[in-house]
Amino acid sequence: MIREFGWIDVLYLVLAMRWTLALTVTAFVGGGLIGLVIAVLRVSRVWPLQAIAVLYVQAIQGTPLLVLLFVFFFGLSIVGLPVLPWIAAALAFSIYAGAFLGEIWRGALDAIPKTQWEAGAALGLGFGEQLRHIIVPQAIRMAIPPTVGFLVQLIKNTSLAATIGFVELTREGQLTTASTFQPFAVYLTVAFLYFLTCFPLTQWSRRLERRSYGPA
Amino acid sequence: MSYTFQFRDVFAAWEFILQGVAMTLYLSAVTMVLGLAIGVAGAAGRLYGPKPLRLLVGAYVESIRNTPLLVQLFIVFFGLPSLGVRLDATTAAVVTLTVNLGAYATEIVRAGLEAVPKAQVEAGHSLGLSGLQVFRHIVLFPALRMMYPALASQFILLMLATSITSQIAVEDLFHVASIIQSRTFRDFEVYTVIGVLYLLLALVFRGGFALLYQLVFARR
Repeated sequence: MIREFGWIDVLYLVLAMRWTLALTVTAFVGGGLIGLVIAVLRVSRVWPLQAIAVLYVQAIQGTPLLVLLFVFFFGLSIVGLPVLPWIAAALAFSIYAGAFLGEIWRGALDAIPKTQWEAGAALGLGFGEQLRHIIVPQAIRMAIPPTVGFLVQLIKNTSLAATIGFVELTREGQLTTASTFQPFAVYLTVAFLYFLTCFPLTQWSRRLERRSYGPA
Repeated sequence: MSYTFQFRDVFAAWEFILQGVAMTLYLSAVTMVLGLAIGVAGAAGRLYGPKPLRLLVGAYVESIRNTPLLVQLFIVFFGLPSLGVRLDATTAAVVTLTVNLGAYATEIVRAGLEAVPKAQVEAGHSLGLSGLQVFRHIVLFPALRMMYPALASQFILLMLATSITSQIAVEDLFHVASIIQSRTFRDFEVYTVIGVLYLLLALVFRGGFALLYQLVFARR
């Protein structure tokens, strides 16, 4: 049935944002865990571990997210998991986020002068202790602005989950368009809702960056 | 796991796959050129333009960078016809990708131009060079070198993002994959092969950009 695009539709779009945010948070937590491992492997002094991390990052960053999403969606049944868009999206987005967060955090760890590691070693700390007590506390401050920046990318990219039928904001927009035939108004509203979510984060990331590097 | 992998049907469609690769490369190349042009113009407008222009460019950059490419694509392809602007899928894809890349390029180029130390510009002026001469001989080259790595990664991200245009039925590599899938039902195999192809393309792009950097910037 065709009807006008009205406030009730806007409300449904706003409600659909729950799933956009749920997917973002899931992927951020999952990707954060993977990213942590990747970053530590990269700064470890064991080359096979470094190589694994490099391969992982290169492979994921060189593949479109859309392809990852479809490989996981169709791969689920092969490994015997139920074919649910939610599971495929959560897995694909976590693995995607893991590569990018891992690379961001490695950059932050690498930015700490080598002498800090050496100072730790001179005090008799092992690799893990140096990392935990000396390197990470300093690196975190540098890592936060780009991490928030990536969070914005992640929120925007969850829109791709619409293509495997996961009903988040963009998919809800497609459904609304199908019943109202007002794509311009609907998609502008959808875009505006993304903007409302992302813009404050972008500004926050920028402010954090200015604070850690001082005024340009 | 009782699934038998079968790639034969996928590889049998290699000519079709190559067409998809060609479309992906075409979209990437056109968008890179046009997007970079917008980026340079946008950065110039944002840095040297009058205040209304600066605000306008700022609004453009922020609205694009804080909304998903997929939604932008839908607005251009499905939304604009209601304003009387009807574009075919490929044109809509090029327009959207260009506008999208232009916003990111604007920020990258602006950051590059700003990163040239002010003292060098002043040194140029005190040697009696004109504004344009300072820009050409002192600002431009170091700025290009500084923005190059960021631009190169943005271009690679763009190449991967062209896959999203398949959602408005542009016949790029990803769209070809979905057609092969519907013909052969070898979904997992198709998307794995396509994923590897994208990965190879990304590696070729990265290698090409690195080579270009060596040729242009490394020896100076």
